[in-house]
Amino acid sequence: MNELQQFSTLSTIVAGAVIALGTMLPAVAMGRAIASALEALSRQPEAEKTITRTLFIGLAMIESLAIYCLVIALIVLFRNPLLEYFLK
Amino acid sequence: MNGSELGSAVLFHLGPLAITDTVATTWAIMLCLALAAMLLTHPLAPLPARRQTIAEGIVTVIERAIGEVVPAAAVRQVLPLVATLWIFILAANLTGLIPELHSPTRDLSTTAALALLVFASTHWYGIRTKGLRAYLRHYAEPSLILLPFHVISELTRTLALAIRLFGNIMSLEMAALLVLLIAGFLVPVPLLMLHVIEAVVQAYIFGILALIYIAGAIEPIASDRTDADMAAPAPAPPNHKENT
Repeated sequence: MNELQQFSTLSTIVAGAVIALGTMLPAVAMGRAIASALEALSRQPEAEKTITRTLFIGLAMIESLAIYCLVIALIVLFRNPLLEYFLK
Repeated sequence: MNGSELGSAVLFHLGPLAITDTVATTWAIMLCLALAAMLLTHPLAPLPARRQTIAEGIVTVIERAIGEVVPAAAVRQVLPLVATLWIFILAANLTGLIPELHSPTRDLSTTAALALLVFASTHWYGIRTKGLRAYLRHYAEPSLILLPFHVISELTRTLALAIRLFGNIMSLEMAALLVLLIAGFLVPVPLLMLHVIEAVVQAYIFGILALIYIAGAIEPIASDRTDADMAAPAPAPPNHKENT
């Protein structure tokens, strides 16, 4: 049972760390993307449509990284495939 | 929490097949969309009445959005698939706001099926417009060494398409549920407002990515441009302006 306790403590810590890092870094990346898009927009306001569309697609790409981290964290918390070795 | 929220509940069995609530909701959405389409277009007249104007407005907006990405000759080919994706995913995402119902896109099976559909139709459009040999040759451009990378990128972008939609919708529903558990009745309402925005944005993203992948299969030069755009989101590509 001690091992199981250790396992659950570790997976909780890991899930927290995953979601913390996995939102921090994409947030920085998104901020930079938005900043440079705004710069481009102020320089060329007539290209607004293209910039907005490309920005949205880029943001979705970056955001999916955060979502991957969320999915991994949820798997670690709720559906950990390694857990059955302990419960056997 | 661990059973019903991440997975989907089985409603009944149809022979050997288990019908989950995801499938039932999808059928209901399909029925509603088909009925709405029939109702909106039933008396098609040259001088549009109010209902027909709504339908024409929707189609025109989608057509214009597609025309910004693909060449004008291909708009009509791509329109049915992309418009269906947009409308269906929007309806499916918003279904999660109705009490007692869950978004079908919260289930990885639904989003994986949609992503596979996009994966298959990319090749279908590419082969149909360029012919099999010319289409296969673009995998070996600019040199043969890049062939495995092209194949890997095809697979990972399909996976990313499925995971992105699933993760977003599932996390939104789960966040609302957690806030409800912790804080209580009516507190998750701001989160549900975020859900509306996110549902629209994710439907748009899924459709536009599918559109860009198809545009890349139709025209390899355009796909090189869009890949470069995704790496650095700031500069505006000049070739997209030609149809606007």
